[in-house]
Amino acid sequence: MQITTVVLIALALSAIAFQMGKYRSVATVGGRDRMRHLHSLPGYYGYYAAIWCGAPALLLLGVWAIFAEPIIISAVTDSLSDEVRALPDAQLSLVLNDIKNLATGNIVGRAVDPVMQTAADLYNALQARYRWILGASILVAGLAGLIVAWVRINPALRARNRVETVIKFLLIGSSTIAIFTTVGILLSVLFEAIRFFQLVPVSEFLFGTTWSPQTAIRADQVGSSGAFGAVPLFAGTLLISFIAMVVAVPVGLMTAIYLSEYASPRTRAWVKPVLEVLAGIPTVVYGYFAALTVAPILRGFGGSIGLDVASESALGAGLVMGIMIIPFVSSLSDDVINAVPQAMRDGSYGLGATQSETVKRVVLPAALPGIVGGVLLAASRAIGETMIVVMAAGLAANLTANPFEAVTTVTVQMVTLLVGDQEFDSAKTLAAFALGLMLFVVTLILNVVALKVVRKYREQYE
Amino acid sequence: MSDPVHNQNAVTPNTIRHTRERVEASLKRRYSSEKRFRVYGLLAVLLGLSFLAFFFLSIIHNGYTAFQQSFIYLEIEFAEQELDPDGSRDLDTLSRADYGAIVRNSLRALFPEVTKRRDRRALNKILSTGASFQLRDMVMSDPELIGTTVSIWLPADDEVDMLIKGNVDRSIEERSRRLKDNQIAWVDVLVEQGRVEKRFNTTFFTSGDSREPELAGIWSATVGSFFMLLVTLVLAFPIGVAAAVYLEEFASQSKWVDLIEVNINNLAAVPSIVFGLLGLAVFINFFGLPRSAPLVGGLVLSLMTLPVIIIAGRAAIKSVPPSIREAALGLGASQVQMVFHHVLPLAMPGMLTGAIIGMARALGESAPLLMIGMVAFIVDVPSGPMDPSTALPVQVYLWADSPERAFVEKTSAAILVLLAFLLIMNAGAILLRKRFERRW
Repeated sequence: MQITTVVLIALALSAIAFQMGKYRSVATVGGRDRMRHLHSLPGYYGYYAAIWCGAPALLLLGVWAIFAEPIIISAVTDSLSDEVRALPDAQLSLVLNDIKNLATGNIVGRAVDPVMQTAADLYNALQARYRWILGASILVAGLAGLIVAWVRINPALRARNRVETVIKFLLIGSSTIAIFTTVGILLSVLFEAIRFFQLVPVSEFLFGTTWSPQTAIRADQVGSSGAFGAVPLFAGTLLISFIAMVVAVPVGLMTAIYLSEYASPRTRAWVKPVLEVLAGIPTVVYGYFAALTVAPILRGFGGSIGLDVASESALGAGLVMGIMIIPFVSSLSDDVINAVPQAMRDGSYGLGATQSETVKRVVLPAALPGIVGGVLLAASRAIGETMIVVMAAGLAANLTANPFEAVTTVTVQMVTLLVGDQEFDSAKTLAAFALGLMLFVVTLILNVVALKVVRKYREQYE
Repeated sequence: MSDPVHNQNAVTPNTIRHTRERVEASLKRRYSSEKRFRVYGLLAVLLGLSFLAFFFLSIIHNGYTAFQQSFIYLEIEFAEQELDPDGSRDLDTLSRADYGAIVRNSLRALFPEVTKRRDRRALNKILSTGASFQLRDMVMSDPELIGTTVSIWLPADDEVDMLIKGNVDRSIEERSRRLKDNQIAWVDVLVEQGRVEKRFNTTFFTSGDSREPELAGIWSATVGSFFMLLVTLVLAFPIGVAAAVYLEEFASQSKWVDLIEVNINNLAAVPSIVFGLLGLAVFINFFGLPRSAPLVGGLVLSLMTLPVIIIAGRAAIKSVPPSIREAALGLGASQVQMVFHHVLPLAMPGMLTGAIIGMARALGESAPLLMIGMVAFIVDVPSGPMDPSTALPVQVYLWADSPERAFVEKTSAAILVLLAFLLIMNAGAILLRKRFERRW
């Protein structure tokens, strides 16, 4: 039977258990008119029975999902001849892949011989057998659970409390998924990065100035000079992020100040949402716009005044990235500026200050921690941005501070290394994970620092 | 100190006049500084608005032509000796017949003076390669067409399409152009004869990706995006709501809960490409899920959307006043009953708004999808979340790399479609918020 059938059977069993639990609870007190003698509503007894029936089924499904495939694969491997089993890992997995493809009816890479056909048939037979075992065991476990629940249901059973405890466990489990995600990110990136650092020393990675991630597929291949010094990447990232911040911070801050201090409520009511549209545009669209429209304009403009602006200059990517970050800085600053109490402003006006002097000398210093936090968050966003730089910045690592030259960044290299053609455990592909680790650590530090700065220096007004 | 005339700090009519003069002297400078500051603020706002206008104008200008496709009117003779020589009407024979030949015959009938082989090949390139497939589909669905002559509009090649839309610069020398002089001359003749027309480009909305620009469409990418968003919604919304409920209602202040909160806030700020790395290492390599499937894309995007939904959910739950909670508890409800019967329904509009905004963000993400392999060239429309597919923003990325001139307008048009979807989703979220949110 198919796996969806098994899942449907498990769900149906739970539904039946629910109904039976309800019925049983009413039956134990002798009818619906004596329901007040029950501890909880009949529905809770139904849920109690459904949990007893469904939880073992879920457990069995999980065990099957994790263990069935490896067991079947090892059984099929044992059935192959000795010489096939002695093949190196990569070849063996190719053979197994072909067998799996043949079994499921996909296209096979090599000619089909009787040995492979028998192996594929064995694979299919084992899959079917384990599915039947799963289905039968779910039925048995479900029935057993139902019987246990049936026996336990009596008017004094605190079904609502039991069910609510299960619900609370589910809620706690959902919250810990966030922790699992962080742990998963850390482990997956760390694991592969450590494998990379076994091939390339950490000092060369962090301090080397040549980035040329080539590794040979064969021993005698030309172009196998692998230099994995990431300093040009860090320099490129910093250059483009710096240009972006130079654009975004003044414009975003002045926008926030104008909208909160000078603009009439009507203007503010429509300008704010329109500027939020800037935040909603997907970054791939920004990248396309930067590559198609902004870069040629810059190049033409530079050419007309005698500068040599590359078509993938850091300036183009940085400008568009800055514009993307403007609403971010603007809305964060707006929140903090509005949180400064009106009393401070009134005091300043009362002493005769103009509006701009109030802003510059009273409001901004009061809102400064929040603004700094917002700027740090925006910087972290700029450093981690991928699509704009993939489409508008270059691919060749270039250690320079000239914004008119083409540079590449950490995120661009991550994309090109992993969308490329090398096998998964060569130094070239693993370098992407090392870069990912650096990116994750740097953005994490920026976010934590931003949070701490805001919390430590924030003034608590009444 | 007691001498009023010589004491600087004494308040006398003299010193008052002196102070006032000083203040009035500086007023002009201060007022002009104020005006400048105000102008700077206005300039900043105008800069943002004008960029937005420039951006939209540029994309629309580049993309609006993609909604039309050039068609050429030809008389096609479905000659029996070309398609079905033994008259069996066998579907297998019909499907393998050379439909390009009947197209070529029709073109040759229009331009009998073209004899040299190279010229004939150039003439045949005026029509799209999809024309022969269109004729094949017509014959397969209605074999009675064989032996008749039908006049139909067939799609033109993308270079001819560009010429009709005015995007080909005829003044460049022939060697640097894709369209040669003789091809341009033939197309001009066809235009004069009224055989060329621009019609609404349904192929763009109904077909999948293709190497030929005139046959490329966004439908497979749209369906892939839809499946991905479905998986994201089904996974992220319940888990996010459950986590928000736990953190707001049930969690006591402890180090464990602080850790969870810090984690969630950090995850909301992690770059999206790192989630792609997580998906690659865990979902594809460790769990062995199929690459390029919307299921994996949905899993990765749901991990990205989860912090957004949790934070929005917490804000929504916090806004429900304590009086509602206390009233429910006072009437004898347990805490779980109070949360699920009273607090959650009242907080639901805010949670839905946050979920829709999170979905809109997920729709526009492409960096993590590149990592998990949804960047392949997929032609067929996916029929489920396990079929290989691509997503709309990734389709934009792929087309942006293609060299044909016609792909520029296709990419811009795809961007317009994507922006339209995002606009609808965000507008829906705002409408939802306006209609259902209660101010306590």
